[in-house]
Amino acid sequence: MMPETVLKGDQTILETREITLRFGGLEALNGLSFSISPHQIVSIIGPNGAGKTTLLNAITGVYSADSGEILFRGSPISRLKSFQIAALGINRTFQQAQLFVNMTVLENVMVGMHGRTKSGFLGGALHLPGERREEKKIREKAESLLDFFGLLPKAGYLAAHISVAEQKRLENSRAMSGDPELLLLDEPVAGLNIRETEAMGDLIIRLKEKGQTIILVEHNMHLVMGISDRLIVLHHGSKIGEGRPEDMQRDRRVVEAYLGT
Amino acid sequence: MSLSLQIFQFLLTGLTTGSTYALIAIGFSLIHNATGIVNFAQGEFVMLGGMFMITFYSFLNIPLLPAFFLTTFSVAAVGLLLEQGPIRRAKSKDILILVMITVGASIFIKGLSMILWGKNPMTLPPFSGEAPLVFWGAAVMPQSIWIFGITVSVVLALNYFFQGTLTGKAMRAVAASRRSAVLTGIPVVRLILLSFTLSGALGAVAGIILTPITTTSYDVGIMLGLKGFSAAILGGYGSMPGAVVGGLLLGVLESLAAGLISSEYKDALAFLILLTVLFFKPNGILGQGRLRRV
Amino acid sequence: MGTKNKIYLLIYAGIIFSMPALLQNNYHLMVLNVAALNIIVIIGLNLLMGYAGQISLGHAAFFGLGAYLSAICTTTYGFPLWPTMVMAMIITGMVAYAIGIPTLKLEGHYLVMATLGFNVIIYIVMIQLDSVTGGPSGFAGIPRLKIGTLAFDSDRKIYYLLWAVSIGTLLLSLNLTHSRVGRAMAALSHNEIAARCAGIDTQTYKVKIFFISAALGSLAGSLYAHYLTFISPGTFSIFYSIQVVTMVLVGGIGSLWGSVFGAVLLTILPEALHAVKEYNVLIYGLILMVVLIFFPQGLFPGIAEALRKKTTDGPLDSRGPLPLKKGI
Repeated sequence: MMPETVLKGDQTILETREITLRFGGLEALNGLSFSISPHQIVSIIGPNGAGKTTLLNAITGVYSADSGEILFRGSPISRLKSFQIAALGINRTFQQAQLFVNMTVLENVMVGMHGRTKSGFLGGALHLPGERREEKKIREKAESLLDFFGLLPKAGYLAAHISVAEQKRLENSRAMSGDPELLLLDEPVAGLNIRETEAMGDLIIRLKEKGQTIILVEHNMHLVMGISDRLIVLHHGSKIGEGRPEDMQRDRRVVEAYLGT
Repeated sequence: MSLSLQIFQFLLTGLTTGSTYALIAIGFSLIHNATGIVNFAQGEFVMLGGMFMITFYSFLNIPLLPAFFLTTFSVAAVGLLLEQGPIRRAKSKDILILVMITVGASIFIKGLSMILWGKNPMTLPPFSGEAPLVFWGAAVMPQSIWIFGITVSVVLALNYFFQGTLTGKAMRAVAASRRSAVLTGIPVVRLILLSFTLSGALGAVAGIILTPITTTSYDVGIMLGLKGFSAAILGGYGSMPGAVVGGLLLGVLESLAAGLISSEYKDALAFLILLTVLFFKPNGILGQGRLRRV
Repeated sequence: MGTKNKIYLLIYAGIIFSMPALLQNNYHLMVLNVAALNIIVIIGLNLLMGYAGQISLGHAAFFGLGAYLSAICTTTYGFPLWPTMVMAMIITGMVAYAIGIPTLKLEGHYLVMATLGFNVIIYIVMIQLDSVTGGPSGFAGIPRLKIGTLAFDSDRKIYYLLWAVSIGTLLLSLNLTHSRVGRAMAALSHNEIAARCAGIDTQTYKVKIFFISAALGSLAGSLYAHYLTFISPGTFSIFYSIQVVTMVLVGGIGSLWGSVFGAVLLTILPEALHAVKEYNVLIYGLILMVVLIFFPQGLFPGIAEALRKKTTDGPLDSRGPLPLKKGI
């Protein structure tokens, strides 16, 4: 389900140019510009309130930027609606797992594939052969994803009835089921134990090797330092640092932002 | 009668019914601002206003003024009961469920009224006689003057309440942001109760002043409620000046349409206006309602 | 749709189609015939309420549009029966589409009001446009249903046809709700933002569901007109709209089998209440309030829940309560 044209390493998969977003009088994003190369794991870090989640919301169309432009594979997406952006190949998770709580675990993952599948009302109502084939593929893929996340035994449970950690894994698996080119993970390991965190880290690396680009918003520095190719550091909606993890660790401005001046 | 005189006449008639629509619209806004729900029983409050008044004044021969207040209290009590009972006891706080509960309540009230008062239309004698007064060639019923006068008084009183009293300001705070209101210690629950009670009272007043002109029966509630709601939307849902403007405008448009175009489709006009406003400018004329684009 | 549902469907069809042999009384058959049509309307409304998360209080208008369009076109103008029925479905659907596009962007109760207002307008037109519709005294002489030369001229014969359509509608709906589209609709009614970020065009889906919901109402209306050969405006008032919403709620929002239950209840209730006709309206109000206050998920799911364990590995068809937009 990957798209035909694969980007080369020196092209840009995502670029923001002077993105500004205000809530009333508060500037959540302030002239933010950066670009991301494909097949990388880029972590966006910064103190609380730096605008990290707001940035993800702007990229996925949940919020509209007041000015500036966001480009995906070279095409502007800032004016697009969320579902169009998802169909282009950008999927995301939410900080607080936004599951469909009255659907089963399996169905939650199957919904994640909506953007990459196509049977419609007619196929669905009449249960046409094309729809049957697609359903089978969707189901198999969902089940294998659940199996990977250790959720297969709970496939028939309503999403509301599984544990918080399981919900987190479900949230992640739903975002991944769409095989997005660009995966935005908002605190994917918050609340997970060490073992689970490492497993998630390994998975993210594997996704990168399969060709996906991952943007990670995380506070868990161990994970961030361990798997990121690059870091972008935000503070008060602006970029205060960008570069390799080990460089950012030593960057004066970054350290100040975290420790306060 | 010349055309301009006819139009003037329609205008006056329209302002009369429009005033009551305005009162009904304010009732809707009150509850919506406090709770976010649309109270379908609002129209039934108006119907009950007429019915209770007839019972107290015509059947029990209680004098006009005491009967007026007794009716208003009674229907306010109905509003209170609605909030304390079905609304507060509901297991789900989902807005649509609560709205549907008010639908159920309105049907229940209608059914009860049918049993208590029968199906025949009934009326009240006008407050100060039937002899029309003549202003610039147009005939005005004395009752219309009462309607204008009472409506204006009510609107002014409400205005003072909202701007000048602590409780009123608290209600405006709740309308602006419930969470902030709760955080600042405002007793939101009690204010919600107040909003229902006040809406009941407003409905009663509307019913009392309107009945002498239009008669009433157990099933006028839905029409009046819907027209009041249309008026609220027309003027800008959630704002009191909007409700007044919307009500008057709706009344006038309806009257002009009935007089100049066709009177059979008069009732349909209110809803046509409702649909049109919803389509093109859901924020209404004074456009300030709490509309959430999902 | 899952094995369980297929089994239920077979049992259901079996029971339904063997009824005529067991029932000698034509009156009972007639009641069941009306029930079959109510099921179609209520399923349509449930798709809207349970899967698009919206409430329409004007479904009587769609039912009525189907009835009057079919009646007038076939009787007054001699149009062919079945194509007219399809045309009526399309027209009614388009009307719903037109209403839905602006209102479905707003909060839920705007659609409630818009559909209610629409119902009133249609009702008034039915009464006032008497040269075309026959006015308050109704429209008679509607041709009976027939396929080719096979005329359905008895309650017994029509039973099979109406129930075939009714069961067919249930079948298609069960398929739909268990398909990709069904999941998308359920997702959008639960968590619209998450649904959009998963690639679901929520606005388009809502409008399409509204179209289908109205078209189904129209289908039932057309069949109704040809069955009774006489229709009058009284059938299509707001009260019927309220009744069908009540029955969706009683049966459980999102539960298709619950809709069947609700429809049968809706049809039988007036017969049972016949003796206390005065209290008819009162009782409806009471039922509506009681169900909503104490069983917001519906009576039927309430019972089903008691019989079901936490895990669901079978029919995925009770969606549970609508997402909570907190009121008070």
